[in-house]
Amino acid sequence: MSIAAKANALWEYANPRKFLATSERVMPFFWITSIACIVVGLTWGFFFTPDDYKQGSTVKIIYLHVPAALMAINCWLMMLATSLVWLVRRHHVSALAARAAAPIGIVMTLIALATGAIWGQPMWGTWWAWDPRLTSFLILFLFYLGYVALWEAIEDPDTAADLTSVLCLVGSVFAILSRYAVNFWNQGLHQGASVMRAAAITGADTEEKVSNIYFYPLLLCIIGFVLLFIALVLYRTGTEIRARRIKALLARERVNG
Amino acid sequence: MIALLLRDLKLAFRAGGGFGLGLAFFLIVTVLVPFSVGPQSSLLSTIAPGVLWLGALLACLLSLDRLLALDWEDGSLDLLATAPLPLEAVVTIKALAHWLTTGLPLVLAAPFLGVLLNLPVPGFSWLVISLLIGTPAMSVIGTFGAALTVGLKRGGLLLSLLVLPLYVPTLIFGAEVARRGATGMETQTPLLMLAGITAATIALLPFASAAVLRINLR
Repeated sequence: MSIAAKANALWEYANPRKFLATSERVMPFFWITSIACIVVGLTWGFFFTPDDYKQGSTVKIIYLHVPAALMAINCWLMMLATSLVWLVRRHHVSALAARAAAPIGIVMTLIALATGAIWGQPMWGTWWAWDPRLTSFLILFLFYLGYVALWEAIEDPDTAADLTSVLCLVGSVFAILSRYAVNFWNQGLHQGASVMRAAAITGADTEEKVSNIYFYPLLLCIIGFVLLFIALVLYRTGTEIRARRIKALLARERVNG
Repeated sequence: MIALLLRDLKLAFRAGGGFGLGLAFFLIVTVLVPFSVGPQSSLLSTIAPGVLWLGALLACLLSLDRLLALDWEDGSLDLLATAPLPLEAVVTIKALAHWLTTGLPLVLAAPFLGVLLNLPVPGFSWLVISLLIGTPAMSVIGTFGAALTVGLKRGGLLLSLLVLPLYVPTLIFGAEVARRGATGMETQTPLLMLAGITAATIALLPFASAAVLRINLR
């Protein structure tokens, strides 16, 4: 199949019926593998890896903290992509997917913040510090809240989709800007990127790299969270599509009856 | 364009008292701060730049829901949308009018309120400079928020929820300039960043505001 044909095939899922049919077929796969990955990853991480020589057993919060934080950011990126698709090609499924993803992003952000606080208390001696990473996550949380609130506030679904899409675009720019502003504003306690870093993975830089003992179960947890996120988005998008159908059916009934 | 600007300015001065409201709010917030943190002058002079910046920001926020809502209600926004003037220019003028009636008075009032909070002497000029550069960005960003929420019945609270996160970079760099100026450190880097943010928002955000307004007027 040529690339153009493949691209066309992707757009077929803009048809809600096709989307629902396919997502229902693949969803069990995502649910089962994600739960399996998370269960195996967490069990492996919690019970079959040694305690860190400095941090003791608290290091094991990493298996929830890092995947949740990754998904919190990736969820916003996904919303950005689907918002763009909605603005350019006006596929309703795309807008509904963005709407469906936002609450998941909020929960992921909250998990990351909460596990971070629980981890920070024994390690840094404080639940919260105005560290750049922590602060930017709090700001991201505020952006999510504003986004969801705008969706809820507007009655007309197309207007709501348009406005939230523009807000998502503008918000992304300001979120990145805030990230750098916050970096400038305060030096941090939080360590730098130490999981998915090229120099750390190739072994060129071992200073702040997460050790391989922890890395493999962590990778499993990350994969599990990604799959879980996909499953949740598919599920919630399906719900949104059905909710909109019900609304349309009710409206039609009211007109006819 | 000038006619529209003059009209907005006249409306702000003559009708509804929106003009003085932001200033009064700024004054009250500044007066309340010593009550909440205590009257020690050393503490007050440490937090003065930040408090004044935050006060100015909140005062700016206060008048935003009026920015487009009145024109929306009486239908003049529809007329403006069909006028030969592009909507991007309309929202820019609206932001300019908001800055002239809210931002500029706040900038001018800030040094007097700085006296109340025992702001260190070198801090005054930096406070005024940083507010002068930062408040236009607040007006432009606020116009975007107002355009987003213009069609809503109870948009005021939502407006603050949407706009405040967008104010974060401006506040960080602006307050940093004022704080560094007050303690005699060099201010060039945050000042340039602040000016950059203001220039970029003025250049780009009116397009987003106009797009959003078109969606709302549809």
